[in-house]
Amino acid sequence: MTDLPDRTERKLGLVIDLDICVGCHACAVNCKEWNAGGHSGPLTDTAPYGDSPSGVWFNRIHTFEVNDPETGTGRTVHFPKSCLHCEDAPCVTVCPTGASYKREEDGIVLVNADTCIGCKLCSWACPYGAREYDETEGVMKKCTLCVDKIYNDSLPEESRVPACVSTCPVGARSFGDLGDPDSDVSRLVEARGGVALMPEQDTKPVNRYLPPRARKGPPPQEASGTSEDRAPRMLNHDSGERDGAGLIARWIDRALSN
Amino acid sequence: MHPAKSVILFTTASGAGYGLLIWLALFSATGTIAPDRGFGFAAFVLSLGLVTGGLLSSTLHLGHPERAWRAMSQWRTSWLSREGVAALLTYAPALLFAAAWVLFGTNSGIAAFLGLIAAAMALVTIYCTAMIYASLRTVHAWHNIWTRIGYMTYGLMTGAALMALTGSLWGVARLDSLLGAAIVTTALGYMVKWRYWRFIDGTSSASTAETATRLKGDVRLLEAPHTEANYLMTEMGFQIARDHSAKLRRATLVFCFAVPFVAFLLAYAAGPVLAAILTLLGTLSMAAGILVERWLFFAEAKHVVMLYYGEKTA
Ligand code: SF4
Ligand code: SF4
Repeated sequence: MTDLPDRTERKLGLVIDLDICVGCHACAVNCKEWNAGGHSGPLTDTAPYGDSPSGVWFNRIHTFEVNDPETGTGRTVHFPKSCLHCEDAPCVTVCPTGASYKREEDGIVLVNADTCIGCKLCSWACPYGAREYDETEGVMKKCTLCVDKIYNDSLPEESRVPACVSTCPVGARSFGDLGDPDSDVSRLVEARGGVALMPEQDTKPVNRYLPPRARKGPPPQEASGTSEDRAPRMLNHDSGERDGAGLIARWIDRALSN
Repeated sequence: MHPAKSVILFTTASGAGYGLLIWLALFSATGTIAPDRGFGFAAFVLSLGLVTGGLLSSTLHLGHPERAWRAMSQWRTSWLSREGVAALLTYAPALLFAAAWVLFGTNSGIAAFLGLIAAAMALVTIYCTAMIYASLRTVHAWHNIWTRIGYMTYGLMTGAALMALTGSLWGVARLDSLLGAAIVTTALGYMVKWRYWRFIDGTSSASTAETATRLKGDVRLLEAPHTEANYLMTEMGFQIARDHSAKLRRATLVFCFAVPFVAFLLAYAAGPVLAAILTLLGTLSMAAGILVERWLFFAEAKHVVMLYYGEKTA
């Protein structure tokens, strides 16, 4: 049934640290690797070596540039995005077949590929773009929180985390029960002021994002006024001086721009 | 949002078919039209044909049409499911109403009662269709009262045009009442569309690039996650140029409302033959116009997911 459970025993989810993510896409690649053969596999690619390759991925890394008008500083923020396993998941309630559901035991949102009719309505209802349609199979696919890995007894204990978490080289991703206020992930969210994405959409995401830390020290000052303040330049292309350095520089400049 | 042909066809055709059913019931209950069997047959074939054709076309865009029956099961939460159930339930009173009219030559008493039940169910079905879109908070252009009012008005408007057309071709006695309904609903349709455009032009979603990322400051996309368009971008990122949308809005105003309005008004004053020709013209123009209107309903709608792909507002 696409009724959402009143409450789930646990709220398994991810905590993503935007301060230390380096945007290497390793989590997305390992996600694809694991899940291509997992619960919702295959993750079909169309024309992978063609002109416009396309395919199903559960995890996508966006890169944003943020300019703070107050301090006049800018920074680059890498932003991994996958299903947030929302408590009030609109993707589940719109599903006409019951193929989309939220598990009562751990809150994971899944799609049953055997009953999905591929109407795509759930992907319209998700604000975060966490659902991708598999054209080849005619069904909707999404992050499973590696449900086939985190409970897998044949794996060593430390490997029973989602593929994205085990692969992140800088440890920007944590996994745990966000419903338990004493869990490591809940404490991390508490300590770092973790936030939910698009709270105004009323989806109550489980996943949290840790905002980039404030920069230490004053913002770099704009170089001001007189030329003495500035670092000495190696070559001055604009200079009308006829000394050797200027001539060579102009010649190289001209040769390279031809 | 990507304007899928099957969905445009489904919503316009089924809307018109249900609208016609509603008018058949209303004019029967008020005793406005006599139960002429030929007229009844033509009108019911047109109405139920459009509804059924529309429903079939809507299953065409499914990844697994053979599993479509499963869509009836989640009526407790899903408007798409409710629409399917309502559409199916409407067939029962509608077919009984049609049988009473065409087989037994009556459209009053119990037949009219069945008709009114069918009309109520038809209205519920149109409402469910509207709610599929109106319930999506992710699309600001849909998540508002005008979507619901619009779908119901356009169902009644296109249905009234078809009613007047069938009536004029059959030379029914009280064509003026039928044309009157078409004229009034066309004028109403124009007002609703105007208010709808004013609403979507003047407001936008509470979600922005800043709420999507929760980053403080001016947020700009530096690098997209992938070099080529993915499913999200083709489905949700459909963009229409501003000048194109202005042109298509004008086309909607002319073909969907202005031409039909004038044609029905002239038909109201004209003799039977000229009235039939004018009503046909007005209806054909409206058919073209409503397709443009529905195409725009999708093409002009922005989805909040595009805030992750460089949009600042949605
Ligand atoms: S992120 Fe999207 S797909 Fe995942 S639970 Fe929330 S609404 Fe559903
Ligand atoms: S695409 Fe599948 S999972 Fe999504 S709403 Fe339709 S039937 Fe449900």
